[in-house]
Amino acid sequence: MNTDQLMTLAVNKNGFIFDPENGISYTVNETGLFILQQMQKGQQEQEIIASLCEEYEVLPDQVRSDLEHYCAMLKSLNLVED
Amino acid sequence: MQNLNLSHLNITVAVSGLKTGDNPQPGVPVIRSIRTAGFKGKIVGFVYDAMESGIYLDCIADEVYQMPYPSTGAEPFLMRLDYILSKTKIDVIIPTLDSEVPIYIRLEKELKERGIHTFLPTEEQFNLRDKIKLAQFFPPKGIDIPKTHILQSADGITKLKDELEFPVIVKGRLYEAYKASNISEAYKHFNDLAAKWGLPIILQEIIDGDEFNIVIVGDGKGKCLGMVPQRKLVITDKGKGFGGVVVKNPSLESYAEKVIAALSWRGPCELEIIKGEDGKFYLIEINPRFPAWVRLAEGSGQNQPAATVLLALGEKLDTLPAFRPGTLFIRHAEDLISDISLLGDISVNGELIRTKEEK
Repeated sequence: MNTDQLMTLAVNKNGFIFDPENGISYTVNETGLFILQQMQKGQQEQEIIASLCEEYEVLPDQVRSDLEHYCAMLKSLNLVED
Repeated sequence: MQNLNLSHLNITVAVSGLKTGDNPQPGVPVIRSIRTAGFKGKIVGFVYDAMESGIYLDCIADEVYQMPYPSTGAEPFLMRLDYILSKTKIDVIIPTLDSEVPIYIRLEKELKERGIHTFLPTEEQFNLRDKIKLAQFFPPKGIDIPKTHILQSADGITKLKDELEFPVIVKGRLYEAYKASNISEAYKHFNDLAAKWGLPIILQEIIDGDEFNIVIVGDGKGKCLGMVPQRKLVITDKGKGFGGVVVKNPSLESYAEKVIAALSWRGPCELEIIKGEDGKFYLIEINPRFPAWVRLAEGSGQNQPAATVLLALGEKLDTLPAFRPGTLFIRHAEDLISDISLLGDISVNGELIRTKEEK
């Protein structure tokens, strides 16, 4: 997954995201913020799943589809590419 | 580069366009930015109407003078200016209204003879950015603009009816633009705008995409001394941006640099640009003066009005300081409380000299 665009986002600790390139802003919840932060650290899908499992004490199967859904949304917003 | 400091200047700067409110002119924000740079000299406001609200704001203009409309010609304009010069010296004028910029350009020599400096484009540069010239001048230089039709009569709409794809934007030559969703709305807007601002009327294709506005000071040799791009976040029903955020987009900046280089623009201006869904940038308009949101430039670290004062005085400035993306502006309106005597002064005498207490 290409996360170049994601790396340019300004992410604040409350989940307010600002894209300085086009001026668009977004809000994400706590989990969404956690995933974005892992992506900005350069983690790939499997690593993010592992991080989520550790942080929220859940099993990989419980987060996999939600993460896929989240990534699809990021793709539709042109924030990540395949 | 450090931000600009004008505290050493003991001069008088005149600025026009003091109306604020729902359709604000750029004069008040230009003055605020100059004062923010530490300017301690005198500010003179030029107004056309006693109800321009900036007249009644404290700490804006030390003196206000009513000016004749630019359409009355150079002679009454210079006569009025000479009268004002008998009351106060003026070192720099920053005009902020589209309709008055040409007269200041044409009178550059006469102004200089009176010790007044400006930092404005040449008449040729000014004319090339005219809405009716954009479609001819820019596309051959690789700068796309939306499909545009220049109409001298309403019959032109009928002739174009098979070609037009509604909605379209109907624009007056100098001011105002309305969206027309069908041919009868196009006629209505044509007639309203023609009655108000004269001919021709411009019909322009609507490009769907992200709209950006950029405030720029060009050096007159093809380079941008300063540039601050913003995306509007709050738009009023009149299409005015009442909120916006500074963006950092290298391809947008390169595009804007190309526009300024094509014109060799000198002085302040505002570009309106859309990034279409096809990923291409389109030039919508070039306004030949600071926009009313110019304080965003100062707020983001690039005080363009202060730079313009120095440039008018002949100072050589290199590139202005970098701006901070993410800087936000929100415009708000508030009621000013004043005394009727101030309105009396400006209405009857055409001038208002504020005492120390009134300032």
